[in-house]
Formats: sequence, C-alpha cells, structure tokens
Amino acid sequence: MDVVSQLQRQFVDFTTSLYHEGFLDDQFTQLQKLQDESNPEFVAEVVSFFFEDSENLLNNLANALQQQIVDYNQVDAHVHQFKGSSSSIGAQRVKNVCVAFRNFCEVKNRDGCIRCLQQLKHEYSLVKSKLETLFRLEQQILAAGGTIPSMA
Amino acid sequence: MDSASSSLSKGMIDDGNEPHVLAVDDNLIDRKLVEKLLKNSACKVTTAENGLRALELLGLGDDQKNNLKTSGSKVNLIITDYCMPGMTGYDLLKKVKESNVMKEVPVVIMSSENIPTRINKCLEEGAQMFMLKPLKQADVKKLRCQLMA
Repeated sequence: MDVVSQLQRQFVDFTTSLYHEGFLDDQFTQLQKLQDESNPEFVAEVVSFFFEDSENLLNNLANALQQQIVDYNQVDAHVHQFKGSSSSIGAQRVKNVCVAFRNFCEVKNRDGCIRCLQQLKHEYSLVKSKLETLFRLEQQILAAGGTIPSMA
Repeated sequence: MDSASSSLSKGMIDDGNEPHVLAVDDNLIDRKLVEKLLKNSACKVTTAENGLRALELLGLGDDQKNNLKTSGSKVNLIITDYCMPGMTGYDLLKKVKESNVMKEVPVVIMSSENIPTRINKCLEEGAQMFMLKPLKQADVKKLRCQLMA
C-alpha cells in the first residue's frame, strides 16, 4: 500500500472511532459538508474559535466556582455558552457534560458543579487532542499529494 | 447533487437579487455557522453579536450612523438567537414588530432549547418561524424557499 492509501486508511479508521466513541456527532459531519473551495479552511477556523472560546469559559467557570458565595446564574450562563458551542461543532461528550452541569447549577449543588467542571476539562482536552490529530492526518494526506476521504 | 444549484447561485452574487439577512447571535461559533449556512444558500449576510447592535444596523437604534439602509443594503430577513444577555431574541422581535419601518420584515428565532411555551410566545409576537439549533443546511435551504421565494 502506498503512503497516501495508508494515510487515508488511518484517517478513515480514526474518524470512525471518534464517532463510535461519541467524541463527535453528526453536527461535525454537517460542519465538514459546509467546507468548500470558497472556504477551504472553514472547519479548522470554526474549531480554533471553539478552542479559544472553551479555554476562556473553563477559566471563567473555575473563577466563578472559587468564589465564597457562588453566583449560580453566572455559572449557568457560562455552561449554557459552552453547551451551545460544543453542540454547534458536534463535540458530543463535552455537550453531555454541560447538560449534567446545568442540572447541578439549577439545584445549586456546589460539589456537583465542581465535579462537572473537572469532567468538562477532561472531556475538552480529549476532544481537542483528537481534533488536532485529525487535522494533522489531513495535512499529512495533502502533503503526500492525496485527497481527504469524504466521510459523509 | 446540489452542486448545480449552488454554482448557479454563486453566479448570482453581485446582481442584487440575493436576499440580505441580518443574523444575530452572541455566540461567535454560532454566528460563523449561520453565516456560512446562509451564504451557501445564496444570501448576503450581516452579523450582529447582540440585540442593540442589530437595532442599530436596522436603523432602529439611537445611533443612525450604522444603519444598513443608508449604505443601500435593505434587510430582507432577520434571524436571531433567543438566549442572549441583555436584549433577548424575543425583545428584539418585539422591537422590530413595533416599528413602522421594519415590522414587515420576517423574523426567525433560533434556540438550542425546545420549549413549547417559548416557541408559542415568539410565534404569537409575530415570529415567522422557530428553528432548533444547531441549524443544518437543509433547514436553511427550506427557510430560503419558504420566506424569500
């Protein structure tokens, strides 16, 4: 098998596993479908906004939960944002943690919220590294002169 | 597949027949997404990150400097997120419907939450449609056909 085919095979297997393990859902596929010649960097752009946004949100959440008196409305507002962004790019596992997190905010359960924040950091760093690997594979395929297999 | 129709609409870009949509959302990622979805459906798009900015662009704000009409870009459709800090999409909808100049412009509300009372409230206030986020290309294509034939 030549280099391009090997890389393409790796890409397909890796992408399939991401969906299988719930890291990504159909919304990510929708994002990829939106990318075209007029905007060939669309997915990478949106994902990089997501990374930046998420890191800010995680910091804000950590600060909000460290306060003597926690403002649960504020915490909920941040989680709501995070839920929205993660849902929009198809980061399913992150989104699911956000859903649980909002429930703890509603009942003002501080420990539950702190646990969710840890989970959120964990899931976010997982999906970030998976997406970075995915983009790296894409670059390798293109550099070797191949085309990226469509997963649609 | 859809490549024939999209290349046709790409050819229509500067002839003024493209509907102009004002998309309002406080979330940057959602703004980028809705913008791309609309552009893929042959729409001209202006985005705003909150209700106040949207009102300014529509010429309904205190500051008339940024009014899109004066730059010759009449807005044919407003699509707005419901949950925004400060002025919600519902508040924006009310302001648009209260204005003599803008009340005929269709307003679509988007939300990530499927809450029937919320949906009904918006429809009763005159929203043309309510759409669940995240939006898909198929949703936007349908919207384009229904509202801007």
